Amino acid sequence: MATTDTVVEHEVHDEKELWSGAKEPFKASYGKLMMWYFLLSDAFTFAGFLIAYGSLRFSSPTWPVPDFVFKTHPFGDSELPLIFVTVMSFLLIISSVTMVRGVQEGHRNNIRGVVFWMLLTILGGIGFLSCQAWEWNNLIGTEHMTVTRNPFGTHTEAGVYLNEDGTESSEVFEAGASYLIHKAGGHGHGGDHGADAGHGGDDSHGADDHSGGHDDGHGADATAAGDFEGHVVDQQGFIHRKYKVTEGPDAGVVKSEEFGPKAFGALFFFITGFHGFHVFSGVVFLIIIMLNAGSGLYVARDNGHEMVEKIGLYWHFVDLVWVFVFLVFYLL
Amino acid sequence: MGHLSYEESKKKVFQGLILLGAVTLVEVGLSLFGKGYIISGVEDYTWIAYVVGLGLIVLSLYKAYFIIYEFMHMRYEAKGLALSVLLPTLLLVWAIIAFFQEGGSWKDRRDQIKEKDAEPAQEQGMLPDDVYRIDNLG
Repeated sequence: MATTDTVVEHEVHDEKELWSGAKEPFKASYGKLMMWYFLLSDAFTFAGFLIAYGSLRFSSPTWPVPDFVFKTHPFGDSELPLIFVTVMSFLLIISSVTMVRGVQEGHRNNIRGVVFWMLLTILGGIGFLSCQAWEWNNLIGTEHMTVTRNPFGTHTEAGVYLNEDGTESSEVFEAGASYLIHKAGGHGHGGDHGADAGHGGDDSHGADDHSGGHDDGHGADATAAGDFEGHVVDQQGFIHRKYKVTEGPDAGVVKSEEFGPKAFGALFFFITGFHGFHVFSGVVFLIIIMLNAGSGLYVARDNGHEMVEKIGLYWHFVDLVWVFVFLVFYLL
Repeated sequence: MGHLSYEESKKKVFQGLILLGAVTLVEVGLSLFGKGYIISGVEDYTWIAYVVGLGLIVLSLYKAYFIIYEFMHMRYEAKGLALSVLLPTLLLVWAIIAFFQEGGSWKDRRDQIKEKDAEPAQEQGMLPDDVYRIDNLG
């Protein structure tokens, strides 16, 4: 590795000599330098996405609240806001640490060490991808979120939900309360849950159908498209609960829940998808380079396993992007 | 890493793991605090949201610094290389933050326009209609 273990043989006396050709001005090999600049260009792409996200999100009248949207997780019924994405963050952090250990072993030409630590890194990456796949499946399959449809909404005015017979129920909410529009005949958002702790008001859910079959306990009419006393069912089978506004200029008016901002679905799937694609390609390259390292190819090149270092840079970049995606989507 | 011994390097890596893990947990805790999960009612104060947001951005930037400088080895690279990568990156971070603020500004302008549209038209300062009749000019 040019910058660490080898002794600099030729003292460069002035800048002109350094930049006059056939030298390494930045003391890094061509491959390593180009990897840095590739990562910089990739950072521009992701920054573009995040800028689109930020400007759309903060200019929207309402936006789904992350701890309301992301509280499900596999292996359990309880709802814990943000726990799953925190686990995903830890997976990537740990895989970055194992990658660094792999690079360190590469500097000592310890083939077995390189393969071992790279294998752990790959497992971390696959674990992350599996978690992301579960998240997507949950949002698309269970919550019916797509690139153009966002069932997570936020109330902009205080109101009270109507019962099935059109009378006012006891379910009151304030402006800022989140809701999820359910699909008739499907499972809702992790089952019944009461008031959303520490949040503007009650979070609500539509006519939850927990039985698998046709009898949904609310009567056969609740699932067909149409305008009912307590809710509206649209052509795709989504249940928009009706409520009466209790404050503000529209007080007394009966409205039905609307879908949340469309951009949310598109932005979420594109940005996490693009990042997931980077993780996937990273895993593929890690496997290839691990196998190459195992065969002793990089020992023969005698550059301190620089290839392992280069893919390590890519992997850390992937982790870094996740730090910012995690921040912007889930924390802020 | 030629600057630390093998044993020291290994130790530093695991210290890095603890550090990043701890910062991540603090970030999640801070975010949940800002949303009112730890002390309820906190989410009603906008200034707390700004402070929490600022804290989260600072913590994430610190994580980014640590990953770039230690894991990606930037600390040991030539200064020219480091600057040629970091300066554009910092400008990108600035751009991202600027556009978050821009989005907020668009929303505020839109709301302002809606407010103004709702106001009744002012008669004051307007010339009477018959001023523009041809026989009244001059």
